[in-house]
Amino acid sequence: MVRLVDVCKAYDNGTKALRGVTMRIDDGEFVFLIGPSGSGKSTIIKLLTSEIKPSDGKVMVNGYNVNTIKESSIPYLRRTLGVVFQDFRLIEKKNVFDNVAFAMRAVGCSPKEVKKKVPYMLELVGLSHKARRRPFELSGGEQQRVAIARALVNNPLVIIADEPTGNLDPERSLEIMTLLERINSLGTTVLTVTHEKALVNRFAKRVIAIDGGRIVSDKQGGYYSNESTRN
Amino acid sequence: MHGFSSFAAVGVIVACLIIMGSFSLVAVNIRTAISELEKNNEIMVTLDKDLSEADAKSLGSEISAIANVRDRIYVSPEEYRESLVKEMGEEYMIGIPPDVFSPQYRVALEDISFAAETELILQAIQGVDTVRSPSREMSALLSVRRVVELVSIILTALLMVVSLFIMANTIKLATFDRREEIGIQRMVGATKSFIRWPFIVEGFFLGIFASIAAYFLQWAAYERFSNDIGKLADSGVLNVLSFDELRLPMLAVFVLIGFLVGVGGSVMAIRKFLKT
Repeated sequence: MVRLVDVCKAYDNGTKALRGVTMRIDDGEFVFLIGPSGSGKSTIIKLLTSEIKPSDGKVMVNGYNVNTIKESSIPYLRRTLGVVFQDFRLIEKKNVFDNVAFAMRAVGCSPKEVKKKVPYMLELVGLSHKARRRPFELSGGEQQRVAIARALVNNPLVIIADEPTGNLDPERSLEIMTLLERINSLGTTVLTVTHEKALVNRFAKRVIAIDGGRIVSDKQGGYYSNESTRN
Repeated sequence: MHGFSSFAAVGVIVACLIIMGSFSLVAVNIRTAISELEKNNEIMVTLDKDLSEADAKSLGSEISAIANVRDRIYVSPEEYRESLVKEMGEEYMIGIPPDVFSPQYRVALEDISFAAETELILQAIQGVDTVRSPSREMSALLSVRRVVELVSIILTALLMVVSLFIMANTIKLATFDRREEIGIQRMVGATKSFIRWPFIVEGFFLGIFASIAAYFLQWAAYERFSNDIGKLADSGVLNVLSFDELRLPMLAVFVLIGFLVGVGGSVMAIRKFLKT
């Protein structure tokens, strides 16, 4: 569960990124977080992954209090999250299997567990047949599916997808969003940050719109409309 | 780039260790020479040749009365000749008349650092011809040792700082090479120690490799120079320690410094990197 209560965040340069944001995402939800550039979306993601601390208010993520979390506990908070980025962030010199396995090895999984789990994840994202390929041999959509498999492989409670379709054509974007919806249907909470109006409207999930550091709209089955954000 | 940097780091550590090691070896040799002199903290007091045996023996109580004298042994001219024969062989004595030798006293001192003062008192005794003490060699060696030890300590400190800095830079380059992997590791929840250990292992191996390479080079250099200096040793001027006697402590010190520089440099670099 993710909970932000009256959260404010001001950076050292004086920029006020968030101004009293309150939101709650329950287990098993699929949420779109939309908003124009500089609206505070990235700041919310950084707060959830405990890269930064709030200036004011309270942030709880999967039972961890981000305000008071010890530095040594941050890795354990992050193990409850799976993060997917717009630019995939795959390791070019490793093949698909090893890119996914890398996330398991980083949290101390045994080779036996890796051998068992990675093929299952690759099957889930439809890339079993490309396990030995390197990222540059894959299309953008396929690379993003590898990134999703990597985010999922450690059984996170929440997947945070930061503009996951930003570098993809509409067809591949739809594939990725469908995959995230499928993952959500298996019980994982999904928070997707996006600008893709068509996709948001097509999936008709809960939509939280943020603008100028404030939540301006939060609707179940919402749409990406001009009332929600300026974009 | 990282490979070249590792090579450079090993090279610098090897050079630093050899410079440090060379000064330490000189210091150890001087220290040993001083200890040898300290063991022989005897003053040879040669009496006038014309002194009768009874007069010579009577000087013993006068010598014993000096505060810094612990013991004195009378050596008759015959005994002295015999000791020379024993040490150098009968052929050394061919052509030397038996009456050329004088009676002597071997005087053991309480404190070698007052040898020069004691020498002056002995010299003043009626019937004493010459006084030979190791005080001059001793004070020369002591001042050389002081300088060498000081230079050795300053160099060790400076070179360790340089080595640490070079090693930290090498590991910093390694972390830069792998910054994307580290970013992903942090994102998926790897602990800092998990991220840190491969770099520490790398630093450890670089440090140990450098220390072992430096050890063998130092050994070769020492053997080469000690052979030359050994020729002087044969003439009795200098006594150079064999590397065999220094092998284990030298290896231990080199490996310890290699370990400290390798691991210390890595810890410094990765700690800074993980903070950012």
